[in-house]
Amino acid sequence: MLLGNWSVRIGGGALVLLLVIALAAPWLGTVDPTLFDAASRDLRPGEVGEITNLDGETMKHVFLMGSDSLGRDVYSRVMYGTRVSLLVGLLCALLALSIGIVCGLAAGYLRWLDGTLMRFMDGVMAIPAILVAITLVAILRGSLATVIMAIAIPEIPRVTRLVRSLVLSIREEPYVEAAVALGTPAWKIMLGHILPNCIAPLVVQGTYIVAFSILVEAILSFLGVGLPPDIPTWGNVMSEGRAQFNDYPHNIFFPGVFLAVTVLSVNILGDGLRDTLDPKMAKRV
Amino acid sequence: MYTFLLRRILSTLPVLVIVAVLVFLVLRLAPGDPAAILAGDAASTEQIARIRVQLGLDKPIVAQFAIWAGNLLSGDLGESFYYKMKVTTLIGQRLEPTLALATLTILVAVLVAVPLGVAAAWRFGGWFDRALMGFSVLGFSVPVFVLAYILIYVVSLKLGLLPVQGYRRIGDGFWPFLRHLILPSVTLSVIYIALIARVTRASVLEALGEDYIRTARAKGLTELRVLVRHALANAAVPIVTVVGIGIALLIGGVVVTESVYAIPGLGRLTVDAVLARDFPTVQGLILFFSFTYVLVNLLIDLSYVFLDPRIRY
Amino acid sequence: MSVLDLRGLTIGLPRGAERSNAVTGVSLTVEKAEIVCLVGESGSGKSVIAQSVMGLLPKSLPVTAGSISLQEEDLTRAPEARLRQLRTTRMSMIFQEPMTALNPVMRCGDQIDEVLRFHTQESPPQRKKRILNILQEVSLQDPERMMASYPHQLSGGQRQRIMIAMALVLDPALLIADEPTTALDVTTQSQILKLILELQKRHGTGVLFITHDFGVVAEIAHRVAVLRLGELVELGPREEVLRRPRHEYTRMLIASVPALKPSGRESRSDARIVLETRKLSKTYSTRRWLGARRDVHAAADVDLELRRGQTLGIVGESGSGKSTVARCIVRLVDPSAGEIRLDGEDIAHLRAGALRGMRRKVQIVFQDPYRSLNPRRTVREAITEGPRNYGVPAAEALERAKKLLELVRMDASALGRYPHQFSGGQRQRICIARALAMEPEVLIADEAVSALDVSVQAQVLALLEEIRARLDLAMLFITHDLRVAAQVCDHVAVMQRGRVVEYGEAGQVFLRPRHEYTRALFEAAPGRGFAFGTT
Repeated sequence: MLLGNWSVRIGGGALVLLLVIALAAPWLGTVDPTLFDAASRDLRPGEVGEITNLDGETMKHVFLMGSDSLGRDVYSRVMYGTRVSLLVGLLCALLALSIGIVCGLAAGYLRWLDGTLMRFMDGVMAIPAILVAITLVAILRGSLATVIMAIAIPEIPRVTRLVRSLVLSIREEPYVEAAVALGTPAWKIMLGHILPNCIAPLVVQGTYIVAFSILVEAILSFLGVGLPPDIPTWGNVMSEGRAQFNDYPHNIFFPGVFLAVTVLSVNILGDGLRDTLDPKMAKRV
Repeated sequence: MYTFLLRRILSTLPVLVIVAVLVFLVLRLAPGDPAAILAGDAASTEQIARIRVQLGLDKPIVAQFAIWAGNLLSGDLGESFYYKMKVTTLIGQRLEPTLALATLTILVAVLVAVPLGVAAAWRFGGWFDRALMGFSVLGFSVPVFVLAYILIYVVSLKLGLLPVQGYRRIGDGFWPFLRHLILPSVTLSVIYIALIARVTRASVLEALGEDYIRTARAKGLTELRVLVRHALANAAVPIVTVVGIGIALLIGGVVVTESVYAIPGLGRLTVDAVLARDFPTVQGLILFFSFTYVLVNLLIDLSYVFLDPRIRY
Repeated sequence: MSVLDLRGLTIGLPRGAERSNAVTGVSLTVEKAEIVCLVGESGSGKSVIAQSVMGLLPKSLPVTAGSISLQEEDLTRAPEARLRQLRTTRMSMIFQEPMTALNPVMRCGDQIDEVLRFHTQESPPQRKKRILNILQEVSLQDPERMMASYPHQLSGGQRQRIMIAMALVLDPALLIADEPTTALDVTTQSQILKLILELQKRHGTGVLFITHDFGVVAEIAHRVAVLRLGELVELGPREEVLRRPRHEYTRMLIASVPALKPSGRESRSDARIVLETRKLSKTYSTRRWLGARRDVHAAADVDLELRRGQTLGIVGESGSGKSTVARCIVRLVDPSAGEIRLDGEDIAHLRAGALRGMRRKVQIVFQDPYRSLNPRRTVREAITEGPRNYGVPAAEALERAKKLLELVRMDASALGRYPHQFSGGQRQRICIARALAMEPEVLIADEAVSALDVSVQAQVLALLEEIRARLDLAMLFITHDLRVAAQVCDHVAVMQRGRVVEYGEAGQVFLRPRHEYTRALFEAAPGRGFAFGTT
């Protein structure tokens, strides 16, 4: 049933392809993405140039997507960049979901904790996500761990809200009341009745978080406040190509397309999952 | 009803306090010496010591908060290291472009998205609906800056219709002002339109499934009247809500858009300040943006009273 | 000339539905000043017919054969614009749920005004006069205030009157009423029925009245049409159909309607008291931090006695507190004051841990069969959950489940299936089995048959009776339906606004009610003049 949905097929298929690219990057005709060669600066897509590898050997290389202002191969950087994006997306989503689920369950089930926790979450949500991310990375220095944390943190309140509202509404259902009347202890009710009905909306929300995280990471890198420039990410490549956009748009174009396609696939997958797993949610956003 | 309004207004206070506390704590909780972080990697020990005294970082943390909060309430956001002026002045200088951009974007987005959403809900499942949903997913997925570059490339560089970058003050002439804002607002509004259209479609669709729509049709009213006076009127609350929540997206987008289009507004200032490690400015900007966001959403909450008579208690 | 003439009406269903047509070959007429009741159970197609006359059916339900004539104009051939013209001017419809049928964000006066603005050329003052007139006609006090009110500010009865006003303001020839009183309290229902009768006589309107309640049919119908699975199985004058039904389906339906007279049961007053409440109260306080504190007394000073092998019924309208009492007894809700003695021990204020022991002894069956079972759990898991909580090993719990399914007349193969594969009546049986798996002493049925069709209801009631007798249970039966109470209860408590106003043996309360509210309830019961359950 899941695989019958077109959105799941298209989105999922594209993601599988990207995953393959990420894993197989070294064998897709790429070179080490950090290599550069001053002689091969600013080559247009398809041109041939030279690249010097770590041992000092020089070889001919076709720059399929051109080269940047330092002479690095854009194609290799884009291919390797897939790894970072997918990794960041996945880890951010997992982090936000796990913390959010715990907080949401607590808020929904423990009345005394609900008020304070939700106020706190409101406070965090009041600060626009990008600003939180930018500030956290600026203070803690850009490394993979900090970036992931910085992007995941603003997403936690939204997951908490979702789980909390699910818990509250499911608790009202007669079958949960029946379970109480049958003497089922609270933890069993939570695990056996409430959580299973939360999984579908959470999976859908998770995919949207993945998409958002990939976007934010790219924005951070683009603005220069993301991952360090030696790690090849799409945002970094675009950031370096900014100054020469008028003359050499390929620096922005290729990573941009990959970025857009990746985020698009995840979003399409999310929509497909939502339509199959949780049709009620199709009425919300 | 007035007690309701008062209560709503007062309930935002805890949120504002929490925001202030979070902003205050963020720097101080980072590992390492806050003064060293602020001073940057190349600072000397004297510079670091000077910063420490300047920001009062040598006092106990509660005292620091008290001083800081006191300053905040009297409108003093500190002084920028980098620009060497009061943060409030700095914000005041850069406010106009951001405000212009944001207002234009919101206007365009709402005027375009709501009718599209209503039309899609009306012809649910049809080609228009599917096209709109497809466009909406695209709008969410293409990053703001990528879209910006595409537009610049096509419209400015290839077709030469609009300027590539820059900003003209409204005082210098309305038409140049507008010309420089068209591309940025279009870029920024795409994601906003995608969001609002989606929510409009979803809530109008839900409203159309309600019993009162059947009653309205049973009264012999035209479809247009049913759609607007009955369906849309009841869908207003979620739509208005998402316009408010979308402001957060807008703020994030503003930061990127101003960078790409070289607009000297608050978004650009944020990026520049972060890169320059100008902490007081960053702090001030976060407070400014957050408080604005909370206030806008408060106004939206208060507007519910006019939109839904059931919200009156 | 008939007001409404349906000839061989056939309406199709989309592919994959349980049958090919929603309605097949239905022919009936409604004459001027006549009330025709269209009766049927859920899924019979009665609402579909009603909506097809008004032209409100979606495209997925097309009229594939036959005709619908309104004053000799064939509506099936009329374009949409013409249908819009006819609505409220020549034909009107009122619906079941007045709360959701009115636009919540528009004032009531404006909603009626819309009808006038769209169909007449009258000026605002003329329209206002018309609206005030019709509001007075439907017996709404203070019409000016009604006009300015929003639907949520009015009671169910008032909202239904607004709907009626909206439908009749332009004096249409035909009124279609789709279960307009089903969602209302018994006393309100009786008022609305009287109102419809009155208006109908005064204006000579032809009425097509859809209902599933034979009591209502007995009360107001001139002629009766019985619908089963989309086909008309019986049509005739009221007395004929009710007293001498020809089709066996009609006979079965009428026989399923419980009589309003208690069934002459013997109550053993020497039976042991299993559960009793003394001065049981539940108060809900809302305090807003800038407003006054408001107390709602959902239940106050309720004294009840449940004896072994006997059924106590609590009868009342919505807001009477009957469900609150039930939930207090099962401890789904904490009582504010009073005692609940189960086998002598007061359980009213026990904390969670101590409650475990008590929970086995008191079990409950809820009203909504569609939400009482976790959709992701099999029937087996649902029924064995309770015993497993108390340490009963899985194998034994399974055996118990099998025996219980037999007891509730269901096949053991149901164990492996999911709730959505069963009908409402079957799901209720599963819920009963689930409750009985705990081997309780007290079984509470909280409106357990209210959501079921009348024929299914009769079966489930008979089942409950049998179980009570076999297992010697004490049963607490909550209901708003007097007929149901008459059939199963030994003793009856009548509740109004949180208090018990009358309490006694069923025979006493039903035949010689003392409190005026009880009397009002009986006066209001539709069709009480007709002796059901005796054919």
